[in-house]
Amino acid sequence: MSEQTLFKVTIDNITIEVPAGTTILNAARKIGGDVAPPAMCYYSKLEGSGGKCRTCLVEVSKGSEKDPRPMPKLVASCRTTVMDGMEVKNITSDRVIDARNGVVEFLLINHPLDCPVCDQAGECHLQDLSYEHGKAGTRYEFQRRTFKKHDLGDKIQLHMTRCILCYRCVFTADQLTGKREHGVLDRGDHAEIATYIEKNLDNEFIGNVIDVCPVGALTDKTFRFKNRVWFLKPVDAHRDCPTCSGKVTLWNRGDEVYRVTARKDQWGEVEDWICNTCRFDKKQTSDWVIEGPRLIDRHSVIAQGHYAGTVGTHKPTETFEAVHAGRQPKLLMDIHSISEVNQTNITLSKLDRPAHSTDFNHNKD
Amino acid sequence: MSKFNDEQLKEFSRLVARYPEGKQKSALLPVLHLAQDSFGGWLSAETMDYVAEMLQISPIEVYEVATFYSMYNLKPIGKHLFEVCQTGPCMINGSDDIIEYIGTKLGIKPGETTTDGMFTLKTVECLGACGYAPMMQMGKHYREHLTKEKIDAIIDECRKNAAANN
Amino acid sequence: MSAEKMLPQIIKNMGVKLLLDKAHVPGIRFFETYRKEGGYQAVEKALKQMDPASIVEEVKKSGVRGRGGAGFPAGMKWSFIAKPEGVPRHLVCNADESEPGTFKDRYLMEFLPHLLIEGLIISSFALGSNDTYIYIRGEYAWIVDILEQAIDEAKAAGFLGKNILGTGFDCNIYVQRGAGAYICGEETALIESLEGKRGNPRIKPPFPAIEGLWKRPTVVNNVETLAAVVPIINMGGDEYAKIGVGRSTGTKLISACGNINKPGVYEIEMTLSVEEFLYSDEYCGGIANGKRLKACIPGGSSVPILPANLLLKTAKGETRLMNYESLSDGGFATGSMMGSGGFIVLDEDQCIVKNTYTLARFYRHESCGQCSPCREGTGWMEKILKNIDTGKGKMSDIDLLWDIQRKIEGNTICPLGDAAAWPVAAAIRHFRDEFEWHVNHPEEAQKRNYGLAHYADPIHVPA
Repeated sequence: MSEQTLFKVTIDNITIEVPAGTTILNAARKIGGDVAPPAMCYYSKLEGSGGKCRTCLVEVSKGSEKDPRPMPKLVASCRTTVMDGMEVKNITSDRVIDARNGVVEFLLINHPLDCPVCDQAGECHLQDLSYEHGKAGTRYEFQRRTFKKHDLGDKIQLHMTRCILCYRCVFTADQLTGKREHGVLDRGDHAEIATYIEKNLDNEFIGNVIDVCPVGALTDKTFRFKNRVWFLKPVDAHRDCPTCSGKVTLWNRGDEVYRVTARKDQWGEVEDWICNTCRFDKKQTSDWVIEGPRLIDRHSVIAQGHYAGTVGTHKPTETFEAVHAGRQPKLLMDIHSISEVNQTNITLSKLDRPAHSTDFNHNKD
Repeated sequence: MSKFNDEQLKEFSRLVARYPEGKQKSALLPVLHLAQDSFGGWLSAETMDYVAEMLQISPIEVYEVATFYSMYNLKPIGKHLFEVCQTGPCMINGSDDIIEYIGTKLGIKPGETTTDGMFTLKTVECLGACGYAPMMQMGKHYREHLTKEKIDAIIDECRKNAAANN
Repeated sequence: MSAEKMLPQIIKNMGVKLLLDKAHVPGIRFFETYRKEGGYQAVEKALKQMDPASIVEEVKKSGVRGRGGAGFPAGMKWSFIAKPEGVPRHLVCNADESEPGTFKDRYLMEFLPHLLIEGLIISSFALGSNDTYIYIRGEYAWIVDILEQAIDEAKAAGFLGKNILGTGFDCNIYVQRGAGAYICGEETALIESLEGKRGNPRIKPPFPAIEGLWKRPTVVNNVETLAAVVPIINMGGDEYAKIGVGRSTGTKLISACGNINKPGVYEIEMTLSVEEFLYSDEYCGGIANGKRLKACIPGGSSVPILPANLLLKTAKGETRLMNYESLSDGGFATGSMMGSGGFIVLDEDQCIVKNTYTLARFYRHESCGQCSPCREGTGWMEKILKNIDTGKGKMSDIDLLWDIQRKIEGNTICPLGDAAAWPVAAAIRHFRDEFEWHVNHPEEAQKRNYGLAHYADPIHVPA
């Protein structure tokens, strides 16, 4: 084998050598840390993925050693290969940050803010992305998009309102299962993931669409509403599976297996695809050989407690009136006039500290 | 379930023969047109499955395409489909009035079909006839420089033809 | 060259017609008449006396720029095509004409189908395409019949099929109907559609010249560009390049519409002034119903709209001409673009807000939905514009619109994002007071239009 050609590329002032044909994104991942652009649609294990979400846009300030001209537009780093001597700006470019903030806002305007009831919360890439780049308030004053509900069977739950159309699940079905039964239907802002005629997805490997989904659009029905991911303890385990590698991560509470997923790397990508039997049907500890704790890159907003010191410090713009054509929210109940313990002059939600017993009416008895 | 007749099969073969071997999926758009024209002006799930089978592709590939393009009707439509353009150049030449006039005259809103199943009114985006605005597409042809009188005449003509055929 | 020396040349060429010169000959639609009028001589010349490389050279010399909207030099595009051993190459004719205001290709195909077929044969020979496809928008259903008839006639006369004119060159032309999707005018979406898929534009690179239809090297050109190959071969690239001015060589078809006396398709030389095109009886014949000009979108709906006072003269006070350079003089700040040649004229009674709203609705409807800024941004802009138009707008909406379009532009996979952003940006840039009036007078705006206001007032030109 001939020696591999190496290209020198500088990203955010850090220089690295990578084989020719490497994308900017993968070069940046080699450097790691904040230099790696976020990716909502690109998935290194899925051929043809990427280019769509536009969160990984970067600025190429120098094309190459041979042709140093900068690229006029920001480029999708996941689909642009490096050239020798290329210089790239990711977080060091104001243009990139500005464009990325815009993309995040676009992704959020129609995304329901139902994180409190969404099973993906805590491991949602959009949640993390919006924390990093989003604003507390929204400028979108219209009703969010809704879709007709589709049933994909008893294992996979589809919430189309949460989908960001990354196409990963479509590539997964194409490349893993050989016979794809769901796809992207309709077009533009009404494009949706569906099967057209109601159909259960029952291919042996179709469960992997849950793992590749960056948001809570595709979730595991056998785990739905059972627990929050941050209360669970991930452990690596394996079993002798005739269909797949059998290498999984179990999500346990005590001795109880709540959920089985594939093992994911630091970029949130599946290491080995697993079959439906491992994922959905093996929920006994006795089904598995435990290897040990799984180290999860706790990059998630919730895991890092990023909200502390942020929440409640500034008031978001009130959009209720705007959306409801000037109608004020109807006050169904004023706690002060009903409660026997709340004091009329104290609104507990406005305290900048935990409530003390002194904030309540003392029991006269 | 309906299938292509001999004549339609001949057209099907003519369409598929245009592409290299193994690339028969390329014929999907023209074959869907053929199927829509052959089976009542719209594409049912059965029709799309039949097209998939004919082209040896999976049904989802057909659904994906049929739902992407605006000319494929996924629901039954009236005998006559009025597709009135409403984009900029038609709008500045009064397409809004034409749409309203047709709607009032037929008692339907855009997207609806008259109860007798005769007419469907649809608003569409630019059809490339901006110099002849306002205009609409009716089947294979365009009706241009529309006026209220022209609309009256077109509707009368459709009704007369229907009566003659009964 | 001094101005005086250039003048006679311009006068001599005034009104030169290269494409539509025979459009009014009765029966020109049919092979027999077309041939009698000198048709297919360019095919004979190209296939018998020239080789592919020299044809590409002539097209390069002609300087003809892509007539679909982007204006990329066609000869250069041709020279990029990869020629790997044993892999077939394809020419695809883009007849998906869908840009609002544009209907020139339809005119060419409907009335002069053989001109396009002749251009396609020569171009296929130059590029080595044995199977050439015309991708025509689905709504032009009756034109498919016209083109297929022309193809059959040409084949019967030995200009298509096997061993054309005994040269050993085989070529077939097929007409493929789209099915209603503006996005398929974008060349990679067109290729996807031609492969029987959704019209999602591909991520470039690779460019079609390397990996196009069925992963084979492919050139996609607009109808008018390919028709122009006929006069280029007949007269030679150098002669063709003498017509026009600067990098705007040859003639251009303009489809004029809106509030004018004579809407239609005109072939112009690119030395013509906008004023003459708009007001002379030979062309648009002035504004209809004796009204005054308010604004114009000179190159199809996606190019920036210009108020009357920036249309006829540039910001520098120079006469604006109907060509690539002059129409874009001043950049987006005070200029526009030649685009696809869809010339949309708005009179004093037209509402810029409403017009911008219908265009935003168009782009939202036509977004393929693949990438986030376009999928989400176009719908957002449409909703805000609808609010302003119907008297529910806020002053902050105008700045919000500006910010949204700014975040779409340049950040999408294909140019549809830009096409959706530019009309909104230009409308706010030049007609901000009209938007503000709508916000401040929500009820009045439902009853009357803002009118001409100051949009035709001469602008001060700094010395």
